[in-house]
Amino acid sequence: MSRLSVKLPGLDLKNPIIPASGCFGFGDEYSKYYDLSLLGSIMVKATTLEKRYGNPTPRVAETPSGMLNAIGLQNPGLETVMTNQLPSLEKYDLPIIANVAGSSEAEYVAVCAKIGDAPNVKAIELNISCPNVKEGGIAFGTSAEVAASLTRAVKKVAKVPVYIKLSPNVTNIVPIAKAVEEAGADGITMINTLLGMRIDLNTRKPVLANGTGGLSGPGIKPVAIRMINEVTRAVDIPVIGMGGVSCVDDVIEMFLAGASAVGVGTMNFTDPYICPKLIDELPKRMDELGIESLEALIKEVKESRK
Amino acid sequence: MKQEMMLIESQIELAPRIFELTLKGELVEQMETSGQFVHIRVPRSDLLLRRPISLAEVNHEESTCKVIYRVDGCGTRAISELVKGQEIDVLGPLGNGFTTDFVKEDDVIFVVGGGIGVPPLYELGKRLKDKKAKLVFLQGFGTKDAIFYEKEFSELGMLMIATDDGSYGYKGHTGHLIEKALKIYPNPTGVFACGPTGLLRAVEGAFSDHPHVYLSMEERMACGVGACYACVCQSKEDPTVNKKVCDEGPVFKSGEVII
Repeated sequence: MSRLSVKLPGLDLKNPIIPASGCFGFGDEYSKYYDLSLLGSIMVKATTLEKRYGNPTPRVAETPSGMLNAIGLQNPGLETVMTNQLPSLEKYDLPIIANVAGSSEAEYVAVCAKIGDAPNVKAIELNISCPNVKEGGIAFGTSAEVAASLTRAVKKVAKVPVYIKLSPNVTNIVPIAKAVEEAGADGITMINTLLGMRIDLNTRKPVLANGTGGLSGPGIKPVAIRMINEVTRAVDIPVIGMGGVSCVDDVIEMFLAGASAVGVGTMNFTDPYICPKLIDELPKRMDELGIESLEALIKEVKESRK
Repeated sequence: MKQEMMLIESQIELAPRIFELTLKGELVEQMETSGQFVHIRVPRSDLLLRRPISLAEVNHEESTCKVIYRVDGCGTRAISELVKGQEIDVLGPLGNGFTTDFVKEDDVIFVVGGGIGVPPLYELGKRLKDKKAKLVFLQGFGTKDAIFYEKEFSELGMLMIATDDGSYGYKGHTGHLIEKALKIYPNPTGVFACGPTGLLRAVEGAFSDHPHVYLSMEERMACGVGACYACVCQSKEDPTVNKKVCDEGPVFKSGEVII
């Protein structure tokens, strides 16, 4: 085991750095720029049963230290993802986390039953927190009962461990985390984007065609840290932390909040080489902070809370 | 594609809010096709999204390139405040550029631009000039003050300018210029265009069955490399399919996407 490796259900990661879903396409888009085998894993773009067109443009807007997006889960659908996107990632030494979205429980179940057949898909990230679609997404993630029911349903059919991606757009995230753990979730990923809006001063209309969008980027990091800290104190299943990670110190802060691996989202747009840079810089910063290995750090954080 | 801290050789305000930035670096070696763009990181840590800016001129001998952009907000304003000797984070070249393989000597080519859509047409014009094509530049601007590179384009071919307010050239828009140019050259071999949606629609309408019409699109971008699906436009062949402007464009053949 290297000092950067971490072990989670279904995922033996050589390092904890994972490009977050929606910010890295289906992986291949960045393969022109560096060897994807350097990464711990990739959370590929959300896959739905049928292809989705997504929302009208403009789909993005800038905010101080962040951005809003309302892409609307555009993707080519399960069949194409299974035949084209996932096989093209097989050449890399990389366990894939497949992000699954849907507009009904039946759709989630259908996608989860099939997507684990791809040999490189080692875990599912259940997207119950996308704020940008009218049906599905966040509607499944804001009620503990609904989230638990969906978790139980997909756990019956999924061939790989299931991580539930939680929304920060709730009054209290802890009961939802506990509910999905109770329902059999193998892990949690958090946080998805915060619901936000910008208005154009000239047109007096929302900047995004969708009206509202999901806020991401360094501006949301304190919210993510707070929520990861709350959830990891309340559940025993591992949490992959994300939300505004932009530098190696943010990675370590996520671990100190209780995370067991780290997703990197918006910063891929600012610096397409951010993930390999973080992986490269991590050992030196660990040396400076007296961290022997990430597994030791995870254990230490857990024990300090007992 | 490369990311590089490029050296700023000069920064000139060509017209109110219109700036020409000359950059030097190894990245220039990879700039092969006119119509491609670079993605420039704003020199402010609180502004995360890069700005896509088309290449206006490429000089491989000097390892320099020029981009021309308009200050529209705080990001482009921050870029405009950089001076000679400073460095800027540039990613590129990105996207697919203009197809010029079909152009032969003495072919008449219309090159249609509007406002801040004009810059990539300069490098295109230079390359078409190298092929000894007869170039007709049709350009629309809001007003006289917004015009730039008039001399430079005039040196490459015939230049017709229209302004919305009639303060210079023809009063009207580029659609009117196309009508005038067609009276002189009724059968251009190719048409290239970059500018606002109305201009692109006018070009597509005027040359509906033409086999060589190429349009450069613009859309709000995030990643610039095809990963985020922000800058999409609708395919004409299959309206349920989106094409990514950054990756599959920005130049599309007329009829390929819905404008």
